[in-house]
Amino acid sequence: MPGHTPTVKSVRLSNPASTLPPATGGSARILVCMPAWREEKSIAAIVCALREKLPYDILVVNDGSPDDTSGAARRAGAIVLDLPCNLGIGGAVQTAFLYARDEGYDIVVRIDADGQHEIDDIPAVLAPILEGRADAVIGSRFLGETEYRGTFMRRFGIRYFCTLVRTFTGYRVTDPTSGFFAINRELIDFYSQHYPSDYPEVDAYILMHHLKARAVEVPARMYARAEGKSSITPLGAVYYMVKVTLSFLINCLRRFG
Amino acid sequence: MNRVTIIAALAALALVAYILEMVRRRKLREEYSILWLSGGLVMLVLVLRRDWLEAASRTVGIFYPPSFLFLVAIFFILLILIHFSITVSRLYQMNKKMAQELALLKNRGAATDVSAPK
Repeated sequence: MPGHTPTVKSVRLSNPASTLPPATGGSARILVCMPAWREEKSIAAIVCALREKLPYDILVVNDGSPDDTSGAARRAGAIVLDLPCNLGIGGAVQTAFLYARDEGYDIVVRIDADGQHEIDDIPAVLAPILEGRADAVIGSRFLGETEYRGTFMRRFGIRYFCTLVRTFTGYRVTDPTSGFFAINRELIDFYSQHYPSDYPEVDAYILMHHLKARAVEVPARMYARAEGKSSITPLGAVYYMVKVTLSFLINCLRRFG
Repeated sequence: MNRVTIIAALAALALVAYILEMVRRRKLREEYSILWLSGGLVMLVLVLRRDWLEAASRTVGIFYPPSFLFLVAIFFILLILIHFSITVSRLYQMNKKMAQELALLKNRGAATDVSAPK
């Protein structure tokens, strides 16, 4: 990737609306993907909203849900990949990258299937890639006017991960655990082979750093969950931090073939 | 030979025989039998050759030779457990790959179904 520096600062866009690209994104083939586990109640609404507002292909990776997530998404008009068993979020997202790679998509946008991310923010997340300014764009809850406040534990964890990412990769992130991002072809290729299996978002910065990808953050809204339960329990938070720290540090030592 | 030596030797022998039998019946892959067999054989030798056991424990500075036996046994059990963890991780990777391939293939199959007459 030409003209990069691994210490790209997050961009702060004061007015995200002013950067909206043309609705189609030119000739780039764009795939919006959502990993989904037990989201039969919310998935159809999101797929319909996406189809209504954006001209992109929609992929739902059903991560072995016992309910009718797959059918609901398919009836709403999404492409659906059914994993035969539950792989966890990273494994499911990686499946989307494999699909995008095989089908030759130029950009993949990943959002949550539970309605937490604002789909009106997708054009802003795509813009830096379409303009050739970035290889990866991450939607951040903490940029712009967003009034997001999590629990104390969550805020502490996020600051901790910010420091971890900045220290080891130089990326000055504000929302290291954001599951709302877009990546270009080089990263699709690389992620399809190396994306971590669980808790992948923080680890992904090592992958980006390895490719010397230009990463930027844009403001993105985030809502409380509409349906279903969060994947992170209070007790799981400690495990989350230990596991992510370990795999992050080990990834630093790793060579990617 | 005192009683405990005989019991210990028989136990080690039984372990080795059981592992060999499992391999013969193809219930255990050779790959996984190697650590069990070498552990069992080392135990057997140390049980039967008390002088070797004493020499070995003196070398590493253990005053009570039988505890050297425990050390060896724990060492092999640890090795076997690590081996299992590695194997489980490898199986996980394979499983994940297969699940992903399967999901992609099923989708491709469904895509061709649409054009086929029902």
